[in-house]
Amino acid sequence: MKIHEYQAKALMEARGIPVPHGVMATTVDEAVAAVRQLSESSGSPVVVVKSQIHAGGRGKGRFKEYPELGGVNVVLDGIEGGVEAAEARVRELATWMLGSTLVTIQTGDEGRVVTRLYIEQGIEIATELYLSVLLDRSTSRNIVMASTEGGTEIEVVAHETPEKIIKIEIDPAFGLTDFQARGIAYKLELEGDALKNGVKFLKDLTAFAIEMDTDLVEINPLVVTTDGQVIALDGKISFEANALYRHPEVAALRDEAEEDAAELAATEHGLSFIKLDGSIGCMVNGAGLAMATMDIIQFVGGEPANFLDVGGGADKDQIVAAFKIITEDPNVKGIFINIFGGIMRCDIIANGVVAAIEEVGLQVPLVVRLEGTNVELGKQIIDESGLNVVSATDMRDGAVKIVELAE
Amino acid sequence: MSVLVNRDTRVLVQGIGETGRFHTDKAIAYGTVVVGAVHPSRVGQVERFTGDTDGSGVQGRQDTYDVEIPIFSTVRDAVAETGANATVIYVPPPFAADAIMEAADAGVPLIITITEGIPVADMVLAKRYLQGRDVRLVGPNCPGVITPQECKIGIMPGYIHTPGTIGVVSRSGTLTYEAVHQLTLNGLGQTTAIGIGGDPVNGTNFVDVLTLFNEDPATEGVMMIGEIGGTAEEEAAEWIKANMTKPVAGFIAGTTAPPGKRMGHAGAIISGGQGTAEAKITALEDAGVVIAPTPTDMGTAMLEAMSR
Repeated sequence: MKIHEYQAKALMEARGIPVPHGVMATTVDEAVAAVRQLSESSGSPVVVVKSQIHAGGRGKGRFKEYPELGGVNVVLDGIEGGVEAAEARVRELATWMLGSTLVTIQTGDEGRVVTRLYIEQGIEIATELYLSVLLDRSTSRNIVMASTEGGTEIEVVAHETPEKIIKIEIDPAFGLTDFQARGIAYKLELEGDALKNGVKFLKDLTAFAIEMDTDLVEINPLVVTTDGQVIALDGKISFEANALYRHPEVAALRDEAEEDAAELAATEHGLSFIKLDGSIGCMVNGAGLAMATMDIIQFVGGEPANFLDVGGGADKDQIVAAFKIITEDPNVKGIFINIFGGIMRCDIIANGVVAAIEEVGLQVPLVVRLEGTNVELGKQIIDESGLNVVSATDMRDGAVKIVELAE
Repeated sequence: MSVLVNRDTRVLVQGIGETGRFHTDKAIAYGTVVVGAVHPSRVGQVERFTGDTDGSGVQGRQDTYDVEIPIFSTVRDAVAETGANATVIYVPPPFAADAIMEAADAGVPLIITITEGIPVADMVLAKRYLQGRDVRLVGPNCPGVITPQECKIGIMPGYIHTPGTIGVVSRSGTLTYEAVHQLTLNGLGQTTAIGIGGDPVNGTNFVDVLTLFNEDPATEGVMMIGEIGGTAEEEAAEWIKANMTKPVAGFIAGTTAPPGKRMGHAGAIISGGQGTAEAKITALEDAGVVIAPTPTDMGTAMLEAMSR
């Protein structure tokens, strides 16, 4: 689960991890009011206005409505004009940014509407670094990844200058040790106060990541200030879904507006659903088989409209819910149900499908492929329903048929 | 011959709730020797299983079964009393990693974990706990392990399997059933089918299973089924290139999966450009693995690999 930057920083601040002071604003007036508050506490009239969306690349992103305007804007007007000038500029920026659509490298062409801004104090940056804590799957351990190349996407650094990436494995029994933290800090070329602060930052951040069950904590850039402070200038955190039950305060930070409505509805019904751009809706049991079904649809010339795994123990209600979610997508021109019954019996699926069609109706062609436990019973239920359903003998046959019918 | 499980496997069940009970019944019907169960608050009780024998399982048995399984409060007690040499875990996610560590502490050599949804951090700790102990973890989030007509541990439908010479290893559940079904239709039976699970942190990996199959005299070829996410398939490809003496066929699910999205399985995600189906397919083909272009070609890909 992803959260916003301002939420990530609040969580870090609560753990004593240095972040700039900031105020979240959903209205222009709130944004303007934040300027005086921040400049009084920091002693500097410089502020930054940052769009809050669940996607990276905000600084380089541009608004659809204002093609010259980026997603993150530094306001320097206060240096000469005082707080009033800074307020005037923030008013202007907030008016443009709130309600406008920001397109970044990660949002796709449709972009995301910005409804929250984060107004943050300006920081006097000496050095920009990169730091993250994430799972290394091949060792089954968390690692700290760090680099002197802050401010650049880490994938780019990994590609162009892999020698500049530091990776240190964390033994779960001990956490990041002092000597490991010092070793990273030395490699980041920290000295004096910055070295001391950097070691503390590293230890605190890794402890935070492990305690909070994060998938990823990424600080890019991590900045060293001119007076040797080490501060998280940006903060991206995503939480591991399986562990959310033990962090209700984190689960409460979910911003449903940032998530796909159909995916949320699916989650509520215990279904695993991901919206895609194609026209063939899929309903499958099992994640691997569901992916394979998407693959074969594309192989025979179609495009899948979704990934949908109804799981191993879906009941009739879940099948009905799944069917509704698929048919609500206006792009769907045909539906392919592909079931290999193991735990999931084919007759249960068949009953669910019949019930769903009776309830929701069927406006597009439907191909059903059943195999496995109680397959004959399942086929019989579909046949006897009198519904306009096409049977398939195997996955490929089903994929070919639905792609033909959907055209 | 087979790997991991056979007629001599004596199985303990950790987590005998509704799901555990349901699958234990199916396993007993198949002919698996289930010797005990562990439940923290039901010590001294027994769980009774009765029904019709699964004709596709162990051969030469009576048509019905009626067995009583004793319940213990700890794995240590259960092992001491029953001589169990394998355990299957159906314990709910918040407690499953602890169940794995308890089984390891009791020295159960084979720990098969079916539970889906265990927090990653718990698995990181559990794997650390297993380090240096002579036990094998299979899973979590897997269908289990089956040696056809000998022993079925887990949630797979037994009847689709046939004894034979192909070892099957997979990160998926139903896609494995699909593969096994196709192998059987193509006249290829299986020595053992092993689900290694769809989580980012798991016990046994592809290389471990490939090693077992390579050393098993009864296994003549291997079908491996991977999916997007991580680099386990690439590591397997490297190992195959250097060590594998038997033909391997494979399929990788998720060619059409978008990056940054978790495709059902916790581990099935392309992140930072890593874990794409293309990279895995290229690595495996480079190692001489016959890759099925679509999921309906898994059986024929295995036939092709065997004829090379």
